[in-house]
Amino acid sequence: MNQQLRVNPIACTSHGLCAELLPERVSLDEWDYPIISSEPIPPGLRKAARRAVTDCPALALLLTERR
Amino acid sequence: MSAITASTALWYASRATGIISLVLLSAAVVLGITVNRQGRLPGLPRFAVTGLHRNLSLIAVLFLAVHVLSAVADSYVSISLAATIIPFVSSYEPFWLGLGAVSLDLLAVVLVTSLVRSRIPRRAWRAVHWLSYGLYPVAVVHSIGSSTDLQSGWLLTVTVACLAAVAGAVVVRLRRSTTAVPRFRRVITALDDAAAGSAAGRQAAERGARR
Amino acid sequence: MTATHALPRHDRRATGPGGLPRLLQAMDLDAHLDAYGPPPYRGARQLIEVVAAAGLTGRGGAGFPAARKLTAVAEAGRRAVVVGNGAESEPASCKDKQLLWIAPHLVLDGLQLAAEAVGATRAYLYVHPHPGLHQQLGSALAARAAAGLDRAEVQLMSAPPRFLAGEESAVVSRINGGPALPRFKVPPTFQRGVAGAPTLVHNVETLAHLAQIARGGASWFRAAGTAEEPGSMLATCRRADGTVEVAETAIGTPLGELLRLAELPGQAVLVGGYHGTWLTSADAAALPLANAGLRPAGAAVGAGLLAALPPGRCGIAEAVRVVRYLAAESAGQCGPCLSGLPRIATGFAELAAPRPRPRLRADLERWARLAERRGACHHPDGSVSFLRSALAVFASELTAHAHGQCSATSHRPFLPVPVGVPAGQADWT
Repeated sequence: MNQQLRVNPIACTSHGLCAELLPERVSLDEWDYPIISSEPIPPGLRKAARRAVTDCPALALLLTERR
Repeated sequence: MSAITASTALWYASRATGIISLVLLSAAVVLGITVNRQGRLPGLPRFAVTGLHRNLSLIAVLFLAVHVLSAVADSYVSISLAATIIPFVSSYEPFWLGLGAVSLDLLAVVLVTSLVRSRIPRRAWRAVHWLSYGLYPVAVVHSIGSSTDLQSGWLLTVTVACLAAVAGAVVVRLRRSTTAVPRFRRVITALDDAAAGSAAGRQAAERGARR
Repeated sequence: MTATHALPRHDRRATGPGGLPRLLQAMDLDAHLDAYGPPPYRGARQLIEVVAAAGLTGRGGAGFPAARKLTAVAEAGRRAVVVGNGAESEPASCKDKQLLWIAPHLVLDGLQLAAEAVGATRAYLYVHPHPGLHQQLGSALAARAAAGLDRAEVQLMSAPPRFLAGEESAVVSRINGGPALPRFKVPPTFQRGVAGAPTLVHNVETLAHLAQIARGGASWFRAAGTAEEPGSMLATCRRADGTVEVAETAIGTPLGELLRLAELPGQAVLVGGYHGTWLTSADAAALPLANAGLRPAGAAVGAGLLAALPPGRCGIAEAVRVVRYLAAESAGQCGPCLSGLPRIATGFAELAAPRPRPRLRADLERWARLAERRGACHHPDGSVSFLRSALAVFASELTAHAHGQCSATSHRPFLPVPVGVPAGQADWT
């Protein structure tokens, strides 16, 4: 069971917290919007990923289960 | 300790924690507006601004709990627990305390929704969070009217400073709303900006080529 | 190529090669009932099996297997809603409009049968308000109601004249009373769509095929087309002599035949639509109108648009106009699309002007990579794909432009591109 981080691009208003909280999976493009790697979230990064989801001021992130 | 002294201690505790709650709440509102406009605090990462907003809000809630419970426990005046939640039913100062109950109720909803914010629909959380702009002025009026503490001296200064800070932040917030590009004009604005940027770039390149 | 096949019992009028046309036969209600009879209701789920066996794929551009969509909605567990998507939105395509105009009852039959298959009692027909079309469809619906043919109640809905108005989630958003803007697809439309109900959205041509499959069966449907993409399809053919024809053809027909490239040669061919791909005429002529044959060439059937650019026109100017239109039609909701497409459109126009700055090409490619696949819908992806193919196919024209020259003898626009930029909420509702 793998998790994947996804962004709702309509909700995202480029606050940029996700790139600070989960730099292993998120970087910001030249317009400050998140580029999210499609690599799965291993157990070690789960906590940081959950925090990114909860802390995003726009509530634009979600963690999905990937089969 | 005599009963009167114990009661006095609780009464003072309620007043003191009330003032501290107000200061913390003011800071929380200012920080919340800072988060919204993607403002930064010098030297701190973005997640720290959000974290500070959340933590100060939670501490404010703690102090608020002590403020409410000590007021209820204190026997100097009769304030039932119900009166802290149901507005305007208190026998002591029903109006001013009623306002306190209103802001407490609103804060409770904001708190609960924020604790589960990643599990409720985005729009629902946002709509409830807007109540903060309502609960703050009600809390301020409650604070000023419930006791004479804030009406003179250095506590008055503190109160005025809090109000000024929040008012300033609200002005910033309003200006952001009113000057923001309306959603259905974003594309036409972006096209105009791109054209202007391209024209400026071309002029600069031509100037550079002519030198 | 099409094979000969036995005519279905009701398809008495199809007499052309391979039993075509199947869809494009003008029929009012009387003629339709005479040819087909009333919709063959057979209880929920039966239709899905036939459609699966027939291998019908969506004719709206995505090419998704119709039976899978039907199953997903039927199994969603709550009362479903069906939408017939007739909002063509591609300025250069008119096949859906043509179908709705001349054979509305096939579409409306399909809508009813699909509704029965997924257990829906409410249906919507979502159409651009072309002059007279809504009236025509309204009359058709009234005639059917009088004849007691329909079981699901059908409501006619108006689509705004936006490129994205026909995008599935935009359709749902409009029907829900909001603007026709795409939505983030979590949860997906087949789970929560119109009024929160599981919603089936099918292109009107797909519904028309469905109405015929319900009568003719799977093997009849498969008698035309290819094994992976069976049946016939409607293609809007814009030939190099300026004529426009909506042709019904078996899937797999060579593009050269459809565009008559031998007698009417073009400089290049646009395949699919404004989210499609430019190909050289030489490459295009032998390719079949089928995804299996087009994908290796980097193209796809898409909205079924085929346009052969006449000699003497400027392909770059055409492409610049289209890319500007695509940028203007962005929903403006997603950062990468809103930031990328206007820059791309402006940059491309600059690239088409004499002496473009040296870094412009690299900037364009960088913006393209940042915009694609990062929106809530496929608008940035399709726009970037159109741009890249234009840059490749019209490379020599671009070089000429850089030196201040253009090989075109006529600057009359060939591809239809609406002017004006949407600027308010009313433009999206």
